[in-house]
Amino acid sequence: MKIKNIFTYCFISSLFLFSLICIWKILVTLQGIELTNFNFNKLFIFGIILCAINLLIGKKLNLNIKIILLALLFSIFDYFISTNLPIWYSFGIFLISLFFFNNIKDYDKNFLSKNHSSQKLFFNFLTLFGITLFSFVILFPFYMMLVTSFKTQALLLLNPLDFSINFAQGLPELFKSYFIVFKDYNFGRYMLTSTIVSLGTVIITLIFAIPAAYAVARLNFFGKNFLSTSILIIYLFPAIVLVIPLYTIFSQLGLRNSIEGLLIVYTATTLPVAIYMLQGYFKSIPKELEEAGIIDGQNWLGIIFKIILPLSLPAISSVALYVFMIAWNEFLFSLMFLDRPNTFTLSRAIQFLNVGAETPRQYLMAGSVVVTLPILIIFVYFEKYLVSGLTAGSVKG
Amino acid sequence: MSSKLAKIEKRTAYLLILPSVLLVFSIILFPIFSNIWISFKNVELKDLRIPEPRAKKLVKSINDNPNQIKVIYKLRNSSLTQEITNVKFKDKYPDNIEPISLNNKCQFKSNLLKCELGNWQKKYRENLEIVFQNTNNQEISKKELQSYKPKLSGKSQNILLTYEFTLNNFKKVIKDKAFIDLLSTTFYYTFFGTIGAIVFGILTAQMVNQKFFGRTFMRSVLLFPYVAPVVALAYTWELLLDPTSGTLNNLLINYQIIDGPINLLGQKYVTLNILGFDFKLRLALTTVIIFEIWRYFPLAFLFILARLQAVPKELYEAADVDGANPIQKFLNITLPQILAVISILFMIRFIWNFNKFEDIFLLTGGASGTRTLPINVYQQGFSIGDIGMGSAVSIVIVVFLLIFMFIYFKLLGKRADEN
Repeated sequence: MKIKNIFTYCFISSLFLFSLICIWKILVTLQGIELTNFNFNKLFIFGIILCAINLLIGKKLNLNIKIILLALLFSIFDYFISTNLPIWYSFGIFLISLFFFNNIKDYDKNFLSKNHSSQKLFFNFLTLFGITLFSFVILFPFYMMLVTSFKTQALLLLNPLDFSINFAQGLPELFKSYFIVFKDYNFGRYMLTSTIVSLGTVIITLIFAIPAAYAVARLNFFGKNFLSTSILIIYLFPAIVLVIPLYTIFSQLGLRNSIEGLLIVYTATTLPVAIYMLQGYFKSIPKELEEAGIIDGQNWLGIIFKIILPLSLPAISSVALYVFMIAWNEFLFSLMFLDRPNTFTLSRAIQFLNVGAETPRQYLMAGSVVVTLPILIIFVYFEKYLVSGLTAGSVKG
Repeated sequence: MSSKLAKIEKRTAYLLILPSVLLVFSIILFPIFSNIWISFKNVELKDLRIPEPRAKKLVKSINDNPNQIKVIYKLRNSSLTQEITNVKFKDKYPDNIEPISLNNKCQFKSNLLKCELGNWQKKYRENLEIVFQNTNNQEISKKELQSYKPKLSGKSQNILLTYEFTLNNFKKVIKDKAFIDLLSTTFYYTFFGTIGAIVFGILTAQMVNQKFFGRTFMRSVLLFPYVAPVVALAYTWELLLDPTSGTLNNLLINYQIIDGPINLLGQKYVTLNILGFDFKLRLALTTVIIFEIWRYFPLAFLFILARLQAVPKELYEAADVDGANPIQKFLNITLPQILAVISILFMIRFIWNFNKFEDIFLLTGGASGTRTLPINVYQQGFSIGDIGMGSAVSIVIVVFLLIFMFIYFKLLGKRADEN
């Protein structure tokens, strides 16, 4: 057994435990509890000692008893070095150390004497730590958005670290920002506009894209190769180079500040990707099915409606969801084209709120939740379709 | 027979693609070409309003005489910069009402008042007053007169359609002292944003490719930043990073990691002392890049994960037999397998980050050294109001874009040849 391995094991394990504790402490701080020290030295050294004990006990003791014992020891130690903290904090420490010791329970002398054991150990912990850290880093802004919308301006300025939700104040008080956002800032209307624009874009895009994709996938005509390459190239052109000419043309035609104008632009910008995604799927449908349709005397329209469409419903739903997502999240064109509040989409309305005179931040965040929540719910619910849509169309974003 | 079928097929194909082609042509291709046109013109935002002849109608009663009424038209040219020629005026009146006197520009026939008002200079303003009387000596209803609105028409030159061109916009773009800085900021942002997203994509894909509790949940969560609307996320980050009441600064101060708040989005440079050397880091730009990475690494993750799951397990088993360590396994098996995906991802993300507008616009608005080319398009065109300049900057973007695309399709073609 190599001494080096034992040291790396103790060091890495303790470091990992400490980082988990750090994240927990940050979360606790954000509940408004005063905690100003990570106690790095003490916890780290005690962590090394416990890891060494874990190695010494090995499999002599029942593993479950061992991990509970070690976790208890650790939490009691933490309880003594920190002061005035609620019991649920210590309970959290206990659970985290339980999780940690559960992960290292299998390591013993034999494991450490194997080849590459320290590297394996390192990568195991890196994975665990990475998962924790990434979940934290990704979810934290969303969590902050949600909680801020439940607070009041005064409380937020008093202690910016207090993210606890006071449920005692009752639901109407808790959701006050939402009531105000919908009542005084007209978010109901904006939400309706956003929904109409997004759904409209999906429907019009599909009506245009399905026949075109079918033609590109199946029919022979002059300029077909040119067309399918140009679809990709056009798709790579960003909105920012279209914005000035479209602005000038639309303002002269009087199409600015209209939902129709927005619909036209959204449809045109999502059309290339929709055609690109659909034709790929149409190509995978066996040709024999269509030939059978031709023998039955169907025309092209009949083939599309009776054979292609029912078979490609999954692909169509991913395209639809992807287009919906793009239209719902779109910002640049709505910023350019809409400057009257009665035509705002949600994204534009939130930007307007932020630019406008000192809007309290809880209203801003309530608005953000209103625009984020529907798309996240749709995403989680239809994840399978949306993920395949994202992978196929994600060259853009 | 077969040629007839082919003909039908061709016709159907054209019929099916025509609507899409027309729409894409008019909304995407036509604007790209009109960008070139506009960039050679001296157009400002205020020139875009087409000059309109306008008339406001006022109806006033004349003292002690209910049978007569005075109508005043307040005429004006809506444009402050352009002339309107050949203005024509039309207004309708109820029955039994006639003007007492008319000037030579106007005519009154069958309840219709018609005037030829000639040419209106820019900022033109004039009042046209006409007294009307009721032919049956009855009282004239003011309300009824007000209910008719006058109609005006006139010809004006549309500045966008003239044949006057200038090279000034491009001269200004190139000669601008900040142009080099603008380009370097754009490339800095694009390059590090792309690399960062790919590195974190590889890391997370490696993690999620192992079996652990809550793996599918983790996969959904990792995609959240990409799926959620950029407006909401950017403002949340802005609150998070706020120097006085932001959570991040307060946390760092609370744990005594930093002494005073750092304005992460509003400070151009920060000096770092590493090993005795002073480094000047572009702070706001770095923060914006971190947001960019946070938002787009899910995409790299998705691509790389899909590729990783297709790597044959036997390769790793063979490596285990050979006694390879985890780093060797990654370098010799995983990396070569995902290299193709990474290079495509790099090219695509590079093109997209190069054109990214919303993220920077919402976070800093292009202040404190975060002005990239797309931000400049907006600022020139809409903040300063010089549409021609904005177009010229767009053209610069398009030129870069075409170069990138050329390289991209070259690489793609090479790869297709190899396979």
